[in-house]
Order: sequence, then structure tokens, then C-alpha cells
Amino acid sequence: MSKSKDRDKDKIFDLFDLFSEAEELELEDVNIEAEELAIEFLPLVVQTMAKAAPEAAVALKRVIELKMEKFELPVMTYPGSIPEVKIGATKAEGGTRGKVIKVGGETCPPYYRFESPPKNRPIIALDVFDQPIVPLAGPVKASYKDVLDDPAEWAKKAIQVYGADLISLHLVSTDPTLKDTSVQEAAKTVERVLQAIDEPIIIGGSGNPQKDLQIFQYIGEITAGERLVFASATIDMDLEAVAKAMSKTKHNVVALAFMDINQAKELSRKLIGSGLPKDHLIIDPTTGALGYGIEYSFSVMERIRLSGLMGDESLQAPISCAATNAWAAREAWMKVDEWGPREYRGPLWEATTAIVGLLAGADMFMMMHPLAAKIVKGLAEILSKPKLDTKLEEINYSDWVKMKV
Amino acid sequence: MPKIIRPLDVYKVLPQTNCGQCGESTCMAFAAKVADRVADIRQCKPLFEDPKYKSKLQSALELIRPPVKAVTIGVPPNQVVIGNKVVMYRHELTWYNPTAIAIDVTDDVDVDSLIKRAKAVEVFAFERIGQQLRLNLLALRCTSDSPEKFAKAADTLSRNTSLPLILCSYNPDVMEEALTVVGDKRPLIYAATKDNWREMLDLASKYKCPVTISSPGNLNMLKSLASTFISAGIEDIVLDPGTYVKGDSLAETVSMFTMLRRAAIEKEDKLVGFPLMAVPAVVWMDPEGDEIEKKMKESYIASILMTRYADLMVMHSLDPWVLMPILVWRQSVYTDPRVPPSVKPGLYEIGKPTDTSPVFATGNFALTYFLVRGDIENAKVDAYLVVADSEGLSVESSVAGRRLTAEKFAEAIKSSGLDGKLKKKVLVIPGRAARLSGELEELLPGWKVIVGPRDSSNIPEFIEKVLKKELRAT
Repeated sequence: MSKSKDRDKDKIFDLFDLFSEAEELELEDVNIEAEELAIEFLPLVVQTMAKAAPEAAVALKRVIELKMEKFELPVMTYPGSIPEVKIGATKAEGGTRGKVIKVGGETCPPYYRFESPPKNRPIIALDVFDQPIVPLAGPVKASYKDVLDDPAEWAKKAIQVYGADLISLHLVSTDPTLKDTSVQEAAKTVERVLQAIDEPIIIGGSGNPQKDLQIFQYIGEITAGERLVFASATIDMDLEAVAKAMSKTKHNVVALAFMDINQAKELSRKLIGSGLPKDHLIIDPTTGALGYGIEYSFSVMERIRLSGLMGDESLQAPISCAATNAWAAREAWMKVDEWGPREYRGPLWEATTAIVGLLAGADMFMMMHPLAAKIVKGLAEILSKPKLDTKLEEINYSDWVKMKV
Repeated sequence: MPKIIRPLDVYKVLPQTNCGQCGESTCMAFAAKVADRVADIRQCKPLFEDPKYKSKLQSALELIRPPVKAVTIGVPPNQVVIGNKVVMYRHELTWYNPTAIAIDVTDDVDVDSLIKRAKAVEVFAFERIGQQLRLNLLALRCTSDSPEKFAKAADTLSRNTSLPLILCSYNPDVMEEALTVVGDKRPLIYAATKDNWREMLDLASKYKCPVTISSPGNLNMLKSLASTFISAGIEDIVLDPGTYVKGDSLAETVSMFTMLRRAAIEKEDKLVGFPLMAVPAVVWMDPEGDEIEKKMKESYIASILMTRYADLMVMHSLDPWVLMPILVWRQSVYTDPRVPPSVKPGLYEIGKPTDTSPVFATGNFALTYFLVRGDIENAKVDAYLVVADSEGLSVESSVAGRRLTAEKFAEAIKSSGLDGKLKKKVLVIPGRAARLSGELEELLPGWKVIVGPRDSSNIPEFIEKVLKKELRAT
């Protein structure tokens, strides 16, 4: 490199130094003759420019072309899966039911349809009580007022008129502190209900651990082979006797834990350990009403399902959700004018309670209001579809901005 | 895996000098608060100001960056922050920043109707467990097609209400006209799409406003647009994958929302790590179905999408019965799962109790409290409910574990001030605390302690059969 060229270069750098300190550069009476002119700014100069004119900097950064990206489906694998529980048995299978219902069978979290669509859709049971004196909320009572005295007719109406998948018959009158109906008497009610409908049933006791065990044993025997569901085995019951009664007569059982995942595990281990086949267990972690503990139910259900999928065998079972508990919330039933009409508020409260359970992974719902049950059944059907009937591109979503309401 | 920060992770990126400038005595104490998200790491002045911690600062910023960015709409004091989500499942950590709910208004109505609807949204509130449940924003839809009308309506709303705005139009000219008027209030621009993104990008950049990227049903395009905006230096982004509710399309909507959140949190896909927006108001596009059906549907669609990660929702209905389930579910699901579910110990009144009303006592496990309260309400009696401190445990386990004792019940009764108020002092304790009754009666001279039912659902029957007789007896 020649010395003169070096000197020129120094001059140019001197010029750059000058530029870097200058706020503005104005060229007067200058002719630039060149075939090709390249103007290069030192980083320092660009920085100065950027400070002086932020809008120009934005313009410099402006991206003209769309950066094409691909959204990778966030698919994962799970070491565990949920057993499928069969409810009801046909004549060929040793029962008398016309319909058999399957629940459970999940291999991924609820409605992660990008991983796999649900194997079975969640099922909806409507509650039927064996005595009319149970305090029923007004909007619910109105739907059944003609059948309140007759569990068989009540069950028929729940299925035929209100579209329930099955019914949950609660033998509340067997409670020793209420009517103390004998198990033999209660068995007659069960028989009548079974004859009135073609669907399987869930048989619920009164919550008294001794009496409920008698129901499990006696009514279990009478209906042996029907593959019904008995609710509920609780921590204060003789679980070995429950497991024996259920496995001998081939029924399913709901294990009710009080919002406690460890209690759910303990129940499951004891029942399975005492001989209950794995695919005959359903876990009910208790459903708090919307606004009254539902978030604990939501989290316990999510944890049960995720732990089951991650391989915890004691939590691999379909989940039951008693959305009926929504009616414990005064927002569901109380007459308060500023809250709006109870006849919509109540069913919406129950439906929302169930929906929270649905999204947390619940498979079986016990519900009360026909409209709430209809909403949840409709959603369960939609969310469980293996393939959509509707094509998204045919729905002009963006029209919402201009819609006239 | 969800990005949960542990105190030790934070401690590692701090100067570890225990200088105390952050207000904590040690860096470890500060680290614990940062991990709990009750302190902001920016309170550590040396980390941010001393050049020798440059590399630590970088790690610190990377560490605290949530997988779903926080986006602010509006300006103080009227701003709403959405996003800043760290986990997918509520049991892992609190879901920060409750879903913000916007109600729509349109620009082709007269000024009075516009203000009237906006005011109705602003004042909407109902109190529950000591909190005011409210709506958060106004979504102004351009139905007039007129830039002037839209700008005028935006101006009217910003002058007459305090709620932040979402400006809804796909037309950049319409958008700019409104931004010239309210752009300094940081409204959310809705929306940049595959067709108008260049112009909307320029507007978001010029007016420094957050912007929604909308790509209905196409997550590849949604991610491409987000990537483009990020490379242009715009990161205050909200993602709208489309809210489909017609027929069985809801299944796809739930799936898209779930995928986006999982990609952001569990796959650390930064290009989709932004708040998600849902529009339950789309149910009103359906010409079929009556009004009640639509309101119900709008309500439960909102609950579904809030459960499945919507950080911002636009709704149309303003009926309390439609909004109540959503607002109550929002209040519940956004609570801290680590804090034991408890209520404040003390005296609670049910109905309008007088000097002849009964007194019930229970523990402060939230569920116990709500159940007992509900059961007394069901019995339709006016009563006092004294809540003793059972340390957030159920009555049975707190009594068994000696956390709830006769002393604690006595203390609660004494501090309730009921002693001098009542004509006849009858205290009902839970059946599961029966063994404390003798000791309690000794600690409470002048009181008659009776044991209530083991399950509070039997309270109505108990009142009828036992308590009324007890109160009548002299």
C-alpha cells in the first residue's frame, strides 16, 4: 500500500470523525461525478442518526417480506393410559340392558385432539331420587313435578324426554336417620327402575357407610351381571368388603374422595388390592359448586388425569363429576332480581360447573336440570368428535367485527 | 416442562452481596420473592446498573421472561395487563393476570346510546368474597365503514369512560383515523391479518400500540405474522386464532387455543408466546336460535375458552346472569393454588341476626365455611357464624391435629363481641368437634354449648328438631 493512499485514507477517517460529531451535514457546491457511488456510514454515524431520527430508524428496520414459519404441533407421549369401563350388560353378556355405555380409555389429556380424539365421549346421568321429600331447587322440581312420587316414571322421563345417557338413582330414603328404608325395599325400587328403562343405571346410597355397604352387597347380588355402577365407596367403609361384593357380581364402583388426591389414591389401592378389577373403578374427587370450591375440584381432576397418563396406576380410572352440587350455590337458585331470572341462571350455573369438570377430564356426569344436561351432552358430543363435520374455511369468522346485533 | 423459577435459580443470577438496596436483608430473601413473583427483579439496582454484572443481568432477564409475554392495553391508571403466563395447569402455580373481558360497542349509533352502553359496562360490578367483579375493556367495532365516524366514537369513549379500548377494524385507513385521536391512550389494534399486516405493522409501530394478529384457523400464518412483527421490533402482540363455535367447529377452537398455549409453555416456542384472544360474541353472528339460547351459549363458550387459556375475550351480552358464571369462575381459577383455601376467622352474619339468634361455630377452611354457611342459609334462619382459626384445615383434621382447640373456639367467641349482645347464649359447635364441648363450656361461662350434626347438610333438620327447642327453653 502506497504512502499517499494511506494519507488519503487518514483524511477520509478525519472526515468521518467530523461527521460523527456533527448533528447535521450540508454539502454546498459539490459536484460528485462517479459511475458508481457507494456511501457507507460508520456504525457510530448510524447510531447518531438513529438517535436524532427514531422514525428513520424504524424505516430502516422495516421488514418487507413475510417471514414464513411452520407451527409444529406440540405433541407429546404418555407412558400411561386410562382403562375403559363398561357400564351395562346386554342379555348376551349376562344382563338385561338394551344399551351398553363405555367411559374412559383416554391416552392423552382431555380434548387434546391434535394428539388423539377421545375414545369415548363423556356420559350424562340425570339424578332420580327414591323419595320426593329431597329438597330440590325450584327450576329442577318444575321439570319433574309429574313424576316426583315414582322413581321409575322419573327415570323414564329423564331418558326419553330429557335425553340422559343413563340415570343415577339415589336411594336417599335408606338413610338410617331419615326413613331407614330396608335394602330389600330399596332393591324393589331398583328393579322397577331397571324394568322401566333400557339403559344401565348408577345406584347411589345415602352416604351412610354401613348401610351403603349393605346396599352394595344386597342389591349388587340381586342385579348381578348387569354391570351397573354403585356409588360411592368412601374411606370410612369396609373397602375390602366393597371390592369383594363388586368383583363377585361384576359391577362397577365409584370411589368418592373428598377433594384429596391422596385419599383417591388410597381408595383405589385398597379396592384394587382387594380384588376389584382395574376396569371396574371410577374415581369421584368431589365436585365443589361453581364459586364454592370448584377450583379445587378442577385442579384435583386435572392432577388425577395427568398423573394417570404419566403412569400412576392408582389414578388410572375414569372420573365422575357430580355437577348437581352446583345447586348448593345460592347464585344458582336464590331469587335475587338484580341477578336475573333463576330459570336460566340455575341451569347455566350447573352447566358451567359441569363444563369446568369436562375440561379437567371428567368422563361421567351426574346432573339435575334437563337444560344443563342437554348443554353438557351437546358439548361432550362436539368435543369428542374424531372428525369435524364443519369446515373452518366455510365460516367467515372475521365478520364479527361488522355484525349487526 | 413449565418454566417455574426456584429461589435458588434467581439467587444464582443476583450479585449475592446482600446490599439491601432492594429492601430485603439478603439476596436469598429477595430471590424467594422474585421466584414467587411478589418482587420484581428490577428492584436489584446493582444488577441493572453495575456493568460488572452484565452477564448475570442477561441470564436474569432470560430467567424471568415468562413463556407468555405480558401485554399492557391502556395507560395508567386505566390499564389492563394480560398474559405473563408461566404454567399450563393451575395446580403448578397461580395463573397470573385474570382474563380481561371486553364488551363490544359499535360506531354507527348516536352519541347518547354509545355513552349509555359504555357507562353500563364501566359500572357493571358485583361483590363476592370481598372482591368487586368487573368488566375490563370496551371493544369498539367499526360497523359504519366511515373513518370519521369511527374516530369520533373512539374519541367519545375515551373522553367519557375510563376503560381501555380495543379498536376493531381490518381497514388500516379507518384504524389510522382513530389512532390519530386516541393513539396516545394505547388502545389495542384489532387486527393485523395476512392481507393488511404491512399497514397495521406501520400503525402499531408509529403509535406504539399493542396489536392483535388475527389468522383464523391458520396457525402457520399466525406464527409467520408474529415472527414478522417481532423482527420489525414489535412485541406487544396478542394472538387471535379465531373463535369458531358453529356446529362442531368448537372442537377445533379448543384445540387451537390448547396447542398455542402448550407450544408456548411446554415447547418454548417464543414466536407464539403471546396472550390469546377469544371472541365469544361470535355466537351473535348465527341467524338461528333465540336470544336466550345465544346468551347461554356466549356464557359457556366464554367459560370454556377462559379455562382453555384465553387471556382476553370480547363479549356482547351484558346481563348479570350471563356474566356471573364467567366472572365467578375467573375469580376462582385465578387464585393461588399454594395458599390453603381459607377464610378470615371472625364473626359472620347470615341474614339479619338479632339478640335471640343462634350462634354456630366452625373452622376457617374455605370449603367448610361455604358449606356451613350455605346450609344455614338453606334452613332460612338468621344466625351468627363464628369462624375459628383452624389453620385452613377441615374441622375433623384440625381437631384431631390439635390445631383447632377449645381455647381457639373460646377466643373466637370472646373476640366476636357476641357475649354482651345476646339474650340467650347458645353455641352450636360442629359434630366433628364434639369432644371439645365440655372444655369449651368451662371456658365460656354463661354459654350453653350444644353439639351440632357431623355433616352440615343436616343443619336445617337440626335447627328444626333440636335448636328451636333449646332456644325456647328458659
